[in-house]
Amino acid sequence: MRYTAGIDIGSTHTKAAIVDESGNLAGTGITATGFQLEKAARDTFDQALRAAGLERDAVAYVATTGYGRNLISFRDVQATDLTAQSWGTRSLFPDTRTVLDVGGQTVKAMRLDERGRVRSFRLNDKCAAGTGAFLEKTGHYLGIPIEQIGPLVEESSGAVPISGVCAVFAESEVINHVSQGEAPADIIHGAMISLIERSVRLMKRVQMEPEFTLVGGIMRFPTMVRVMRESLGDGVNVPPEHIVQFTGAVGAAILGGRRLAKLEASGAALAGT
Amino acid sequence: MNYAAGVDVGSTQTKAVVIDGAGHIVGRSLIATGANVVLAAGDAFSAALEEAGLAEADVGFVIGTGYGRYKVEFGDAQITEIVCHARGAAQMFPDTQTVLDMGGQDTKAIRIAPGGDVLDFCMNDKCAAGTGRFLQSAAAALEIDLSDLGPTALRGTRPVTISTTCTVFAESEVLSWLARGKKLEDILLGVHKSIASRSFGLLKRVGIESEITFSGGVTRNKAMVEVLNEMVGGKMNVSEESHFMGALGAALFALERIGSGANTASPDAAATSADAGAAKGAAA
Repeated sequence: MRYTAGIDIGSTHTKAAIVDESGNLAGTGITATGFQLEKAARDTFDQALRAAGLERDAVAYVATTGYGRNLISFRDVQATDLTAQSWGTRSLFPDTRTVLDVGGQTVKAMRLDERGRVRSFRLNDKCAAGTGAFLEKTGHYLGIPIEQIGPLVEESSGAVPISGVCAVFAESEVINHVSQGEAPADIIHGAMISLIERSVRLMKRVQMEPEFTLVGGIMRFPTMVRVMRESLGDGVNVPPEHIVQFTGAVGAAILGGRRLAKLEASGAALAGT
Repeated sequence: MNYAAGVDVGSTQTKAVVIDGAGHIVGRSLIATGANVVLAAGDAFSAALEEAGLAEADVGFVIGTGYGRYKVEFGDAQITEIVCHARGAAQMFPDTQTVLDMGGQDTKAIRIAPGGDVLDFCMNDKCAAGTGRFLQSAAAALEIDLSDLGPTALRGTRPVTISTTCTVFAESEVLSWLARGKKLEDILLGVHKSIASRSFGLLKRVGIESEITFSGGVTRNKAMVEVLNEMVGGKMNVSEESHFMGALGAALFALERIGSGANTASPDAAATSADAGAAKGAAA
């Protein structure tokens, strides 16, 4: 069996995925990106190799994606985030027409045609409101680490309205709510709803149509997915928890495999094998 | 004797000023607003009275301003900070035509007529970029004291370019510059330039007419003053008491109320017209 790897160097986290020739996921790895992108890419790649029980030589081709995709020296090819997400999401949900990717510092909405080509695309990377950083900051003001946000918000009995205009200004709102005795779970719930409202606005701007596929680490939170389903109606796909952060990396790995097959078919010399 | 007071409850700091019948500041105080806004207003007022050597009964009228103006429970009236900053600026620097007020969470550019009437304004109230908060975030990310920011930035010679707009993302950008081996002073100079250029954008939108008077808490930051001076191509008016301009304006309005004896006038009349303009002036 021959394998290919995809490494998604995102603004907050770097994710790696290794797939086999049929596109089946063999292993993943994830780490905080930090400032040394090459190291983050290598670390996640090593993690994914270990998870898959593979040696480096078993991986014939490495494709990178994400904002740091061009800075990784051991890559064989790079793909844009959009292309990688298109392949990654459609490998799980072939009828995907709209993808929402909520990352730590960016939110992307894109509409695909029936062949997976990107028809329309909107991005927010100028403002933390509407990105994962908004929830992280709200949690931070409440003294709640990001990994506890998911379980905590499940205890919410109702959302407290949070304006969601600016992640920095949310601090005074949060402080006000706390001083009025509101429960932290309800405040986080409110922040989630305002984040979702912004996401849905971004999706509307790409003329969203079902099926919708929602990706990004934040979609591991059941409340997040439930409220998204309430606002979008039918046709909402969410990848399983162990893949939901890795669709970009999986897509890059699949693209890498296709490119490798093409190169072999044309008899071209292969780099890095 | 008739004294008047203004209490400016800002998002970050609360300022109180007591003036005498001639409009001269006789007492002032500055405290952190904190979570209890009502308490902050009272504490600031008490501290200003103490500096003036006066009792509360000596003060004939108190006006609250700033975002927490309705939390000044002992206040006789409230006026928006835009109107108060304009008035305070005209008092300190009578030839002021443009006011730049840079506070903890918002920045306002105000064009004023002689005497301090507001002609136009716009503000940055939807986004923390371009406000004092940007400095606070940078200081927190770099783990240096807020008061050291300016002096450190002044030593910078080759400012980095801060490319992110959002204050949240700027924290990581600042750290990434540090990781890439840039000098602290050059990073901080870049941070100051980034904030100044956003304020300059606001100023351009109301039309820059000199003299320009700088007010608000960030006036104490000498690097910001220098960078802004360079950008406006002149010298902005700044005084040691620029921080108290809003409170001073409120106190001057309070003094007028004593003079006219009009305790029953619509308290927020001036505020209403200014608030109505906020939608138009808001910068995303």
